[in-house]
Amino acid sequence: MATLSAVLATTHHPFFYKATELTPPEEQIPDAPEWKQRVESYRETLTAAEPELLVMVGSDHFHQFFYDNYPTFLIGKQPRYDATFYNEEREFSIPTFQLEGHEELSGYLLQGLMDRGFDFSVSHELKIDHSIICPIITTRPQADLPIVPIYTNIFAPPLPSPKRFYDLGRAIREVIDEYPSDKRIAAIGTGHLSLELGGPRMFEEHGPDPEWDVQAIDWLAHGDIEAILENVTWESMSTTGNATPGFLDLVLMLGIAGPEKADYIDDLDLFHTREMYMTWYPAGDPRPASGRKHDLRRETPA
Amino acid sequence: MSKYAVNKFLFQVDRDPGLLAAYKADPEAMVARWERDYAPYLGAWNQTVERSTVVQLTDDERRALVEHDYVALFEMGAHYFLTLTIFIGIYEEDYVARVGPLSFQKEYREKLAHWIGRPYPSVAL
Repeated sequence: MATLSAVLATTHHPFFYKATELTPPEEQIPDAPEWKQRVESYRETLTAAEPELLVMVGSDHFHQFFYDNYPTFLIGKQPRYDATFYNEEREFSIPTFQLEGHEELSGYLLQGLMDRGFDFSVSHELKIDHSIICPIITTRPQADLPIVPIYTNIFAPPLPSPKRFYDLGRAIREVIDEYPSDKRIAAIGTGHLSLELGGPRMFEEHGPDPEWDVQAIDWLAHGDIEAILENVTWESMSTTGNATPGFLDLVLMLGIAGPEKADYIDDLDLFHTREMYMTWYPAGDPRPASGRKHDLRRETPA
Repeated sequence: MSKYAVNKFLFQVDRDPGLLAAYKADPEAMVARWERDYAPYLGAWNQTVERSTVVQLTDDERRALVEHDYVALFEMGAHYFLTLTIFIGIYEEDYVARVGPLSFQKEYREKLAHWIGRPYPSVAL
């Protein structure tokens, strides 16, 4: 059976590459060096797990999907995937990529999830947007592993409930655990903490709701799905920022990890939104004990 | 269906550099062209065979698109992501050159300040 060697749940910030790689040091924002250092530390959590295949969870930001036919859950099943869309290159300076796919695992997940009551859409011509390319840039910049992309709807309401996202994560975990392969698989998913786009609280000095961000990180870090399901609704997320429902993809990743404490937690309060970097090791922590610099830091919720 | 029509305009124009440049240069002509050459065709992928009669702008929506009135579009419930990205595409470069980084986004934000603390118009269709 396959080994799920790491589960990474993180925010994705489309300006990271531009802010740290394309901007001359003297013109960078003051946070840029620390931002880069934290991302590189996070990358080590994936490298240590020695993945051979990546299951990647993201959400299309109206680059490929539109209201004429917007899928709630979709999986790609292709030999390779292109990125990046023209208007993301324009706005974020994200480079183009061509990533290898893994059609066999895509098909196995499609069938396995359907058998568990998740009737996915499937695409054989899916282009990857920044929700998946950003974590490639941050956690696997050599872009050398085959991927299976899973897209969820976090943008076009009505959305499925937080419980549905968590249950989907649990189902993905079951199917990966049963996958007849000796491969080491890592799951990487990105979403948002509190975030505002195109509204009166966007691009402030901090995210729109810093206190909620700290609480949300604690819930995830402690694997506290009960608290999330008690407190998180479409209405409550919308109060913290009009794009905060991107948190649902982080709930999905907690579903893949299970209701467990994370092995690595880090965050960075940036302008516009708070960054979060979290990793679970379902098959055991591969890092030497001396190298674990970011273990669970908050023993009680803030 | 008209909120759908506004979003379809934003989606189609933002993803095509030629359409975006035309929308920046002459918004009235671009909106008229879109209503003639894009709105009547089924779907959002610029196919030009199958027609649909359901996509039509209201007068207020047409005016907001012609005037680049992103505050009105927000208040009509146009999707925040589509509205933000297309107007960043049109204005950011000029604002950065003139005023500095994020200056357009900050002006955009300030023009919507009267919505702080109030439930925003729904983007659901």
